[in-house]
Amino acid sequence: MPEALLSVRNLQAWYDESQALFGVDLDVREGEVVTLVGRNGVGKTTTLKSIMGMIPSVKGSVTLHGSEILGMPSHKIARLGIGVVPEERGIFSGLTVRENLMLPPVIADGGWSTERIYKLFPILDERKNSIGTKLSGGEQQMLAVARILRSGARLVLMDEPTEGLAPVIVNAIRDLVLDMKRDGITVLLVEQNLRFATKVSDRHYLMVHGKIVETLSNEEVVHREGELLAHLGV
Amino acid sequence: MLESLGGQIFNGLVSGAFYAMLSLGLAIIFGLLRIVNFAHGTMYMLGAFVAYIGAQSLGLNFWVALVASPIVVAIVGIVLERTLLSRLYKLDVLYNLLLTFGITLFIEDAMRLKFGMQGSPYVIPNQLEGVLNLGFMIYPTYRVFVIVASLVVCIATWLLIEKTSLGATLRAATENPGLVRAFGINVPALITGVFGFGCALAAFAGVLAAPVNNVAPLMGDDIIIPTFAVVVIGGMGSILGSIVTGFLVGVVVALGAFFYPPISGTLIYILMAFVLLVKPTGLFGTLEGSR
Ligand SMILES: Nc1ncnc2c1ncn2[C@@H]1O[C@H](COP(=O)(O)OP(=O)(O)OP(=O)(O)O)[C@@H](O)[C@H]1O
Ligand SMILES: [Mg+2]
Repeated sequence: MPEALLSVRNLQAWYDESQALFGVDLDVREGEVVTLVGRNGVGKTTTLKSIMGMIPSVKGSVTLHGSEILGMPSHKIARLGIGVVPEERGIFSGLTVRENLMLPPVIADGGWSTERIYKLFPILDERKNSIGTKLSGGEQQMLAVARILRSGARLVLMDEPTEGLAPVIVNAIRDLVLDMKRDGITVLLVEQNLRFATKVSDRHYLMVHGKIVETLSNEEVVHREGELLAHLGV
Repeated sequence: MLESLGGQIFNGLVSGAFYAMLSLGLAIIFGLLRIVNFAHGTMYMLGAFVAYIGAQSLGLNFWVALVASPIVVAIVGIVLERTLLSRLYKLDVLYNLLLTFGITLFIEDAMRLKFGMQGSPYVIPNQLEGVLNLGFMIYPTYRVFVIVASLVVCIATWLLIEKTSLGATLRAATENPGLVRAFGINVPALITGVFGFGCALAAFAGVLAAPVNNVAPLMGDDIIIPTFAVVVIGGMGSILGSIVTGFLVGVVVALGAFFYPPISGTLIYILMAFVLLVKPTGLFGTLEGSR
């Protein structure tokens, strides 16, 4: 097995006194798309935020290309080539569509050009001077992904990109993630939509109460869909 | 009558010019740091003193002071933010309000010890001496310069925030600093820079004020209290709003004093009370900003 791009070992995290992660272990190899599934409140978002250095109180180990990044300030972690597509999209209401798109600094070569982005999402060009949050939910999600692709991030942490979106838009996001994969971008994806997850991912980690309890292949997820859906409560 | 009314409107624009520069700095600092910088008047006073001391001991002229003093005071602000304010961001914002209040008392008393109470005059630069014929009336050249300089600095600041990518980063950081940081932007450095810039604006106003009033350790107190009233009237959260409100309040108060002199000292607070009753978020304020 090749060495993992991202390795998380015994990751623990706290919000004030209350512990949210109880020793998360996971690996993401270069070029893989890996999902993190689990019911509401198990700590999926906290895992992504801890990797990104956005949670002050953490313990354990997170390595990128073998070097420790846990404890580094998040702006330095980002500069190592990690991009975030946050829960609820994180589009800024005080910025236009174009300003939202151009906000993340270019952190590595090989990011998507604005031409490529506008070709795929003409709406981001047509509405470039509107307020970012005036876009529809699906358009905002495209913007949230596009701005990270523009930055040149090679590892993208995506938090529930399909949440609350119509099926056609979910399909568009599926195509986008597959595009990213073809470009060799590595993705750690938090997802509740199992159908979507099996179409884009290589493997799945099942999370229960702040820990990874199982690794599942696409076949296993399809095979156990009923059981998993009941567990996720969706 | 008409001539003196015009003069009074211009006097209002001059006080408004100071309110605008100071409330603009307060608004920018509040936007990113969420603290009401009580030490803002002190930075204004320090701005005037740097000009005064520079003239006394180094022979620096007004024009050099107009550039150098904001830089010096920005450095003072940056040091204060790095060494003191930044330690309290994890706590309730009230602690930083208290801290800036303490800084004010400390610096003001230190200045009183060194320079005494009564203050010292600062001469108008000779290029700006005399009066200007504006066609419809005659008005001191220096005061016209104050209005123009304030407008230029305020509009330039507004353009910087609304139209540049640095400004977009700033607006984004005001909204969600954690996410902006996760994009790879050094938000703590941005916060330090913004605090320094706000202090520089106050210092610029202080240099402009030096030839109008005496340079005195308590000059900051005299301007900051009405400026806080201006901030309440305009509401927190709008950059343009703070500029417009600054000039507007200056003129309204001057006109009030013209038609009914006894009201001159209190009109600004009456306006503030009225706005609080009718629109508690202020003329331009949003709930977001007042949160
Ligand atoms: N800012 C916070 N302060 C305190 N507790 C928090 C905070 N954010 C999350 N938590 C708690 O930490 C635990 C994990 O939350 P997290 O958001 O990581 O879950 P999640 O798996 O992403 O859930 P969801 O599917 O609802 O997005 C939950 O119990 C949650 O209540
Ligand atoms: Mg979540």
